[in-house]
Amino acid sequence: MVNTDLLVVGGGPAGLAAADTAASLGIDVLLVDEGRAVGGQLVKQTHKFFGSGEHYAGVRGIDIPKLLNREENSQRVRILTDTTVVGCYEDGVVSALTGEDNYFKIKAKRAIFATGATEKFLSFPGNDLPGVYGAGAVQTLMNQFGVIPGKRVLMVGAGNIGIIVSYQLLQAGVPVAAVVEAAPTIGGYLVHASKLARAGVPILTRHTILEARGKDAVESAVIAQLDDNWQVVPGTEEEVDVDVVCLAVGLSPVVDLLRQLGCEMKYVPELGGHVPIRDKNLKTATGWIYVAGDVAGVEEASAAMVEGRLAGAAAAAELGADKQEADTVISRCLASLDALRGGPVGEKIRSGIAKLEGGAVNA
Amino acid sequence: MLKATGVAGPKDWEAKLPDSQRRKQGPYVVFECFQEIPCNPCEQACPRNAVAIGEDINTIPCIDYGLCNGCAICVARCPGLAIFVVDETYAEGYGKVMIPWEYKPLPAKGDTVTAVGRDGKEVCTAEVVEVRNIKNQDRTAVIGLKVPLEHVNVVRGIKLGGEING
Ligand SMILES: Cc1cc2nc3c(=O)[nH]c(=O)nc-3n(C[C@H](O)[C@H](O)[C@H](O)COP(=O)(O)OP(=O)(O)OC[C@H]3O[C@@H](n4cnc5c(N)ncnc54)[C@H](O)[C@@H]3O)c2cc1C
Ligand code: SF4
Ligand code: SF4
Repeated sequence: MVNTDLLVVGGGPAGLAAADTAASLGIDVLLVDEGRAVGGQLVKQTHKFFGSGEHYAGVRGIDIPKLLNREENSQRVRILTDTTVVGCYEDGVVSALTGEDNYFKIKAKRAIFATGATEKFLSFPGNDLPGVYGAGAVQTLMNQFGVIPGKRVLMVGAGNIGIIVSYQLLQAGVPVAAVVEAAPTIGGYLVHASKLARAGVPILTRHTILEARGKDAVESAVIAQLDDNWQVVPGTEEEVDVDVVCLAVGLSPVVDLLRQLGCEMKYVPELGGHVPIRDKNLKTATGWIYVAGDVAGVEEASAAMVEGRLAGAAAAAELGADKQEADTVISRCLASLDALRGGPVGEKIRSGIAKLEGGAVNA
Repeated sequence: MLKATGVAGPKDWEAKLPDSQRRKQGPYVVFECFQEIPCNPCEQACPRNAVAIGEDINTIPCIDYGLCNGCAICVARCPGLAIFVVDETYAEGYGKVMIPWEYKPLPAKGDTVTAVGRDGKEVCTAEVVEVRNIKNQDRTAVIGLKVPLEHVNVVRGIKLGGEING
């Protein structure tokens, strides 16, 4: 049994920021991540980030983990990579697996779950053909392992992920035939969309994929236009010559472990699906458990980092850190989250969170 | 249009240009950042304090053209690659457009390239007259293109896939 004051599950931006903050407040932390290195989604994000200076805006995602995993805290933060939390028990014991068969138990006074989100899939004929990928997988292949997914890509989804991954495909020399998006407007930031447009990639809103065709692998895809009721407009079907269909149709929080722990959930579509109910400081009703980042509601790395700091400071305060110092961090984080979510693009998140807090359901 | 295609129309971008008098006075910056998003590196990048966003980081940047001298330092700092610098006084009949660039190959000074518009369509050929790629730009190069004057506010990119010659 490994004993620790604070266990952080997941070493993406949320988990790293949580560990960094708790350690700065004098708490010993054990952080586990199933990946080969910490960083979560950041390790494949080669583009420069948005946000403000305090959220590392203008820094490429791949360069952020080292800023969050600082030398001065190395005494207090123990990191185990290639380690997956596989089960959680009511008595507060967590079981983890390092490598193939090294199981062990962890007992923590407080835990922060920052397990991120997983990609949604889409159903259409041919979606089981080799060549149909999730956008995250394409990014991992290209940006982590230097392997291109194919010769020509159809991207499905014009949210930030679909647009950014399309841009990264172009940077890797892989043409993108088009980006199709069922909604009437582009969901991602328009500045990202304009980059693609300048590169000659058409973004086709009110369009969807009908099927992927091919014998042993994708050889083409059929797309079509949608009307105001999201129905296919007959006669607009078009076959595009691609060997890769890349899906970027949304993320859902990875909440399985929280369910095992009996954390109460609520279905909030604006936040990506089922999310744990928690208070302002991200503490769940299962007292010793906190959540932070995409697992608490799919958002952005900048918000994930601030949430990590917030949960890290709140947990540290309960573990005996200087109350005043922790409170200062907490209020700074709350103000920072308000700023990030303050504009029109934060509207969806704001209304999702309002629902969670039992606030105005129709807001 | 912009929200459905990602391509800014004349109404969108014309509103971002300084007045005609300022345009005749030398290089000026053009911010093609039309949406309120939580972002402000441009404000911090400008050494002349010509860019204002303020307290609420969702505010659309506002440019003081009396302060901006078109130095192009902000161009490489924008994660949206949405900032350009235009010089309508560059040469007789020609202007210069500075664009951000994160593709390979990196054009070299003296190359002739195919310049494209906001929609990626070919506009004209252009000579590369400047390439800036210093360390603190962190791999976002800034390329200066010499283009016929009538195209300075139409050209916003280079066709992918390399130079025509040179
Ligand atoms: C293509 C793309 C582009 C993006 N662009 C931007 C952008 O420009 N700006 C921005 O702010 N955000 C951006 N984001 C969003 C951002 O990456 C995410 O919101 C952010 O990574 C969420 O952080 P997180 O720490 O919650 O989760 P993650 O980064 O997903 O990290 C979760 C970690 O938990 C680990 N884990 C999960 N389950 C277990 C377990 N059982 N045991 C051990 N470890 C586990 C995983 O291995 C992973 O390392 C982008 C996302 C994508 C996919
Ligand atoms: S071009 Fe130079 S002076 Fe003008 S806004 Fe950009 S950084 Fe400031
Ligand atoms: S840095 Fe670029 S994208 Fe961000 S606010 Fe400034 S102009 Fe807009």
